[in-house]
Amino acid sequence: MPDTIDTYVRRAAALLVRVILGAVLLGPILALMLYASSTHWFFPHLVPDAWTFAPLLRQLGDPRTRAALGTSLLTAGITTSSALLLGLPAARVLGLRTFRGRSLALLVLFLPNIVPPLAIGMGLNVLLLRLGLAGSVTGVVLVHLVPVLPYTILALLGVFARHDEGYELQARTLGASPRQVWLHVALPLLWPGLAVAALFAFLVSWSQYVLTLLVGGGRVITLPILLFAAVSGGNPTSIAGLALLFAAPPAVAIALAVRALAAGRLSARGVP
Amino acid sequence: MTRARQTFGAWLALAPALAVVGLMVGASLAYGVAQSLGLLAIIGTDQPSLAAYRDLLGGTGPAGREFWPALGFSLWISLASTGLSALGALLVAAVLGSRRRPADGATLLMLNLNLAFPHLVWAVALGLLLAQSGLLARFAAALGLISAPAEFPVLVRDRDGLGIILHYVSKEVPFLVLLALAVLRTQGAEYDLVAENLGADGWQRVRYVTLPLVLPALAAGSALVFAFSFGAYEVPALLGVRYPRTLAVLALEAFANPDLRQRATGMAIGLVIGLVTLAVVGLGRAWQRLGVHHDA
Repeated sequence: MPDTIDTYVRRAAALLVRVILGAVLLGPILALMLYASSTHWFFPHLVPDAWTFAPLLRQLGDPRTRAALGTSLLTAGITTSSALLLGLPAARVLGLRTFRGRSLALLVLFLPNIVPPLAIGMGLNVLLLRLGLAGSVTGVVLVHLVPVLPYTILALLGVFARHDEGYELQARTLGASPRQVWLHVALPLLWPGLAVAALFAFLVSWSQYVLTLLVGGGRVITLPILLFAAVSGGNPTSIAGLALLFAAPPAVAIALAVRALAAGRLSARGVP
Repeated sequence: MTRARQTFGAWLALAPALAVVGLMVGASLAYGVAQSLGLLAIIGTDQPSLAAYRDLLGGTGPAGREFWPALGFSLWISLASTGLSALGALLVAAVLGSRRRPADGATLLMLNLNLAFPHLVWAVALGLLLAQSGLLARFAAALGLISAPAEFPVLVRDRDGLGIILHYVSKEVPFLVLLALAVLRTQGAEYDLVAENLGADGWQRVRYVTLPLVLPALAAGSALVFAFSFGAYEVPALLGVRYPRTLAVLALEAFANPDLRQRATGMAIGLVIGLVTLAVVGLGRAWQRLGVHHDA
């Protein structure tokens, strides 16, 4: 096909879309990193007058930040493992079986995707107060499960949709116990999907602000609670440092997962 | 195994997850309605009253006066965000999904990385980028376009909600693009090739191959985007102004007010947010089904 003006226009448009996409996706991250590693950065200087990691190190050394980091890891960790334990059997029957009431179960499980956490949190505030769970990590985990479980089950549904039960049946026929089948047949097959589901669950719980605020009642201080409080009073440099600290674990986890999945796909393609 | 036993087994496996989600959402709804009617409050009235709803719909009381403007502002933000995100995602997916120059690893990593950033952090970062003395304003100053921060346009914490919309669009375009690319990767290439062999030009392939393929996923994703941007609190709280506020900000501030009588109002606004979301998402689904039947 000869290069017509039309082709050039189309190529230029495609390039423009890519450039704008890159600027929109990387611009905020660049701003965050520059602010977090700067001191004395006055308008209109394009780059900071002095570079330093002091704000970031100060955040890491601050006992409140460290306590919040610990609480965040604890909450998201327990929520993720509970979501996997509850979600696995549910996703398995939803993905592999047809039965009466299946769509009703799906509707109930996906309702929290539509109903905002704000409405759920305000309603649950009183219930958890009565149960004596308000202001405890247990209560926060219980409430985090409401938005986390649907995403976990959604991710696991995709895994089970591609899962062939024949392998498990075969192992059972050959005399393996249910435990052996799970450990040596199902788990290795499901492993990559499980990792993605766990990552999803962790991300949703890790980023949760409103539910933690409404149920934690100022006693469960996670990183987002600390960051939100800092934004209303702090200076840009320390806010950026805290924000970067909060964003780093999920960003690293996602980057590793994308690389692992890409590598897996490449090696799978390499098999003749 | 009988059919009944199989069904029983299925429900048994579903029971723990259903119990947690169903009981929590159910209890939240029950307690929410009760609180909005002025029951269960710590100040303890035992007569249900529609006062909170009357205040809201009639535009009276501290929060009620702001109700209708806040509803309009929330709808403007969420509808604009959803529409722009869907359009942007379609454009990006059409470019990145092309068979000749598919999305490279770096672009995919960039899209995924954006998903990893919590909304709270993204809002902070967007503030640092777009504020009147932010990074973009410094670029403008370096290029000689402005000489003082005040000359830079107000892009965040503006009265039109532009900063909030910009936040949702930059956060939801990658989400929708990844959804669309997943569809195109599994089934797009063959259709595209056939269409090209039959003589379809680039635009026709986008219109008659890419668009129908990604539309169902994009519609489902857009429903999630609407639900999220209509009910989320953090972003409008960080990137918004004192007036107009969104329903979510109004609800949480009324709910957290030391004056406990405000709790009923906050809860009532929360229920209104839930109802509007369900109505818009339901209407969207019905419209989509109608469209499918119409085409067939």
